[in-house]
Amino acid sequence: MKYSNQMKLTFSAVSENEPFARNTVAAFCLPLCPSVSEINDVKTAVSEAVTNCIVHGYGGNGGTITVIAELNCESVYITVSDNGCGIEDVARAREPFFTTLAEEERSGMGFTIIETFMEDVVVRSEKGKGTVVEMRKTFCGDLDKERATC
Amino acid sequence: MEIRYKKVKENLYIYLSGELDEYTATAVRSAVDGLLDRNVRANSVVFNLSGLTFMDSTGIGMLIGRYKKLKRIGVPVYLQSAPVSIEKILQLSGLYQVMPKI
Repeated sequence: MKYSNQMKLTFSAVSENEPFARNTVAAFCLPLCPSVSEINDVKTAVSEAVTNCIVHGYGGNGGTITVIAELNCESVYITVSDNGCGIEDVARAREPFFTTLAEEERSGMGFTIIETFMEDVVVRSEKGKGTVVEMRKTFCGDLDKERATC
Repeated sequence: MEIRYKKVKENLYIYLSGELDEYTATAVRSAVDGLLDRNVRANSVVFNLSGLTFMDSTGIGMLIGRYKKLKRIGVPVYLQSAPVSIEKILQLSGLYQVMPKI
């Protein structure tokens, strides 16, 4: 039987929970023996997605964020979702340097970073109902290593 | 986050340590701006990133904001000693084009 595992986090949409979210997901991935670079990619992508929920989804006015992570033999599948205001134009939001909050010194790089660091990034959003970001990371780690659990 | 600084021949070196994200960026921005306001006659400003253990796009935004602030008064800004884990996001953002690596 192939290795699989799942976790689910639900937490308040406040920035102090960002380290908690990314470090928890990173720790959950450790059984797959990711490289340091790979785990940094996951942490950064989770941080970007959670920031989007806090800053754009809820506009800094609270709310709840859900993070689900699923492991299989060599990959982690991560879903970050909110029930906030949603994104009017997802394609535009995914353009590099696009931001609706330039006056707040936002770089507009969030989705670009997620897409660069992760694989199979899907963004689903409905105005007034929220946003779901799905992403995958395949861990190569040390390619010579046998994965004992698979 | 910890912020230290030193001046060497009118060049201001700012050392950032810890995790720079949405949670810490506001305090970092405020502290760095205070330092910059007290050193408007600096010949250059160098952000030493060697102590950073994490940075995401919020950190990129913070650095771009400081670059814009200093550009208005003609002070060049440089980045120094970014850890490997942060180098990737700096390269991706193109930040080195306006804040060269030294």
